[in-house]
Amino acid sequence: MRNLLAMYSVLLTGLFTTSSAWAERIMPAQGNAYASEVDSLYIFLLVASLISFILVIGGMMYFVLKYKRKSANDETPYISHDHKLEFLWSFIPFLIFMFVFAWGWKLFREARTMPKNAFEIHVTGQKWAWNFDYKSGVSVTSSSSEEAAFVIPVNKPIKLIMTSKDVLHSFFIPAFRIKQDVIPGRYTALWFEAEKEGEFQIFCTEYCGDLHSQMLAKVRVVSMEEFENWMQTHPSRALGQMTLAERGKYLTNKSACTACHNFESSEKKIGPGLKGLFGKERQFEDGSKAIANADYIMESIYEPQKKYVKGFGGVMMNKYLPKDLSAEQVSWIIEYIKSNK
Amino acid sequence: MSSTPGKNYLNEKSGLWSWLTTLDHKRIGIMYMISVLSFFFIGGVFAMLMRLELFAPGALFEGNTYNQMMTYHGTIMTFMVIIPGVPAFIGNFVLPLLLGAKDVAFPRVNLMSWYCLMVGAAISFLTLFFGGVDTGWTFYTPYSIQTNGTVLMVLGAFVMGFSSILTGLNFIVTVHKLRAPGMDFFKMPLMVWALYSTAIIQVLATPVLAITLLLLASEKLLGVGVFDPALGGDPVLFQHFFWFYSHPAVYIMILPAMGIISELLTTFSKKTIFGYRAIAFSSVGIAAVSFFVWGHHMFVSGQSELAGVIFSFITMLVGVPTAIKTFNWVATLYKGSIEFRSPMLYALGFIFLFTIGGVTGIILATLATDVHFHDTYFVVAHFHYVMVGGTLMAITGGIFYWFPKMFGKMYSEFWAQMSFLFVFSGFNITFFPQFILGATGMPRRYHQYLPEFTSLNQISSIGSWTIGIGFLIALGVIIHGLLKGEKAPKNPWGGLTLEWTADSPPIHENFETTPVVTAGPYEYGR
Ligand code: HEC
Ligand SMILES: [Cu+2]
Ligand SMILES: [Cu+2]
Repeated sequence: MRNLLAMYSVLLTGLFTTSSAWAERIMPAQGNAYASEVDSLYIFLLVASLISFILVIGGMMYFVLKYKRKSANDETPYISHDHKLEFLWSFIPFLIFMFVFAWGWKLFREARTMPKNAFEIHVTGQKWAWNFDYKSGVSVTSSSSEEAAFVIPVNKPIKLIMTSKDVLHSFFIPAFRIKQDVIPGRYTALWFEAEKEGEFQIFCTEYCGDLHSQMLAKVRVVSMEEFENWMQTHPSRALGQMTLAERGKYLTNKSACTACHNFESSEKKIGPGLKGLFGKERQFEDGSKAIANADYIMESIYEPQKKYVKGFGGVMMNKYLPKDLSAEQVSWIIEYIKSNK
Repeated sequence: MSSTPGKNYLNEKSGLWSWLTTLDHKRIGIMYMISVLSFFFIGGVFAMLMRLELFAPGALFEGNTYNQMMTYHGTIMTFMVIIPGVPAFIGNFVLPLLLGAKDVAFPRVNLMSWYCLMVGAAISFLTLFFGGVDTGWTFYTPYSIQTNGTVLMVLGAFVMGFSSILTGLNFIVTVHKLRAPGMDFFKMPLMVWALYSTAIIQVLATPVLAITLLLLASEKLLGVGVFDPALGGDPVLFQHFFWFYSHPAVYIMILPAMGIISELLTTFSKKTIFGYRAIAFSSVGIAAVSFFVWGHHMFVSGQSELAGVIFSFITMLVGVPTAIKTFNWVATLYKGSIEFRSPMLYALGFIFLFTIGGVTGIILATLATDVHFHDTYFVVAHFHYVMVGGTLMAITGGIFYWFPKMFGKMYSEFWAQMSFLFVFSGFNITFFPQFILGATGMPRRYHQYLPEFTSLNQISSIGSWTIGIGFLIALGVIIHGLLKGEKAPKNPWGGLTLEWTADSPPIHENFETTPVVTAGPYEYGR
């Protein structure tokens, strides 16, 4: 009995390791462990599907051939139902469905729970290119599939904070089995950790007009040293020479936010002081509350009259339109606010 | 009511005007048939052109042209072919006959629904003269707000929606009020149950589409900010609205097709249906639950994680009644007397393809796998397996099944079987490779692709021509049957439902004397 169990478990693990390797033929190359976990689930679903298909269609073919009409007066038995059988074939699929639901949920949560110490990069989608802004101030745009402009370090959790300048787009990296829509007027996020060096394809998967199918990019995964070297010597850095937070500071002066706000102290001017704002709970005149995250700050800039901070009821802040401050620029200001802890 | 010998609904009156003003459900059914088949032809031509472009990307069309063809293909096939296909076309013809009734409850409303469809379709086609629409059939905001032509297209869909609502309303009342004496709910044919469940969805869901489209139009024309972030709206809200209708609409498309399958399987296996009540209740169950799963189209849209989890869970629940139906159909064949006529081949083909569509549906309902497959060709393959492999196979089977009743003529059985052979094999050649394309990463709505996707795309295109030939053969069979077919008997297949007791073709008000029902619809072997 013991032996049997041992053999069985060896068989199972064997099956799983081979199945996950086999998966790379019907799925894209696996860029990390998460991808191979998704593939195991997929293989399970495929095998379960295949078995059900063989049972249903095999049964159908068997009956169809076995009970082929012999003459016009064939007699057929009157079989109206069978409660036991019907219960079984409702309950067994139900169990399988619940099992894959739970499995899918578990992996989904893994993919959706953002790690705390991730390396953050801002991504802005626009017709028909992807823009990547690093905190160091390096900014790259990828509008063709040829060169891999977007570079990240290996074995480091990467968090992409994404928004769009125009219409919906969707950021899809098959090798990491992740995808997220990119939406104008708000932020969405995505995280992954590349565990292999190399180049991986990025697609836009939300229809966005004429050149939707050319809205491609590639991510190049390199070692940490190579990454730092790339960042230090990147021409866009020499050009800007500023971190995102530095650019944000520059903009708060340029857009006259500083007329009404202190950014580096919490003392109020016409509007509240913004030091330490990021991540804090805010209270509003109407009694409601919210956490000051990136979406909240974006809303405060584009739609300042939507919520009045407690104690500032009726004090009007200017409304900024995306043409005054682009989504990309708002991201810089957010970085600036974040940096004033 | 008595009738003159030799007279039937087709020859009782003549002239185009007598058709355009007819209140006879059978004639209205035939008018739907002509419209739906014409739309199907146009939508099919767009599909062929798209596959041609994808055979050698860049050789034929620009991105914008391709995107427009994709949009018209999708819009025509959903709003003008599949949605009216079974309920309005086949349902109109057979529902009163299946119930032993003279007509539907509101014949004038019935005619009006047809005009709604035609006016709506005409408005949609008008967009072709105003630069065309390239939003895809989903009209996602804010893209759809920023392009021209959307309003007209959306207005067309809005008007066509009323056709659907009115037909649904009419059918609900008909089923409640006009059943033949003795036909209680559990003596109704399963096609009636299916049409009834569909009608409920049509009446409840379609108004939501209408509201959505109105909001979209008012945003575009009046600048009211609802969906456009530039006006303070929320683009994701549109997706919620849209799928709140469009997911149930998927069942408007598939439920009545399932009804047809139950009819075909019993007749051609001369066997009573296995699990009548289970099938009937699963229709109603699917209709009810279908309203609570829309978010499974939006796992990566930016809706909350919790919403995604709930929608995935409920979607799994819809899987159960769907699986039950399939098992019941297969069990019906057990110890039957199975005859391979063309309608039966289409029914068996339906089960084959629908099963593949179903299991891949579960793969898409599972959260982690859907994140990878969403908006890739995997999804395209999945819904074509359900909508074409399912619904369209059922419609074609239904046409061949009721053709003798509709026109009083038979058709060439050999060529009808050939059409099945081409459609069925072509279908698998076209769409099976698309599962692999999608899994390996090819996104949908691409008019160009990376070189590694070339060979599977070319196989798929070759398959599409095979399907094309299959449907052309089917069309030939229909036309040839109409012109040259032998006279059909009352009951060519040995069916037991009431329509087979009427003449072929039926007289104006269907039955000489109102039939009285004493037994269930499939009492073979009793
Ligand atoms: C005319 C004065 C004025 C200007 C200029 C101004 N603000 Fe404000 N701001 C206010 C007032 C008053 C409030 C509080 C009332 C409210 O919530 O609308 C506020 C609130 C905010 C808040 C929310 C603060 C909190 O504690 O919740 C943020 C963030 C903000 N502003 C950012 C900015 C940025 C960034 C700029 C420049 C692009 C800017 N403001 C320009 C007056 C101003
Ligand atoms: Cu795109
Ligand atoms: Cu759906």
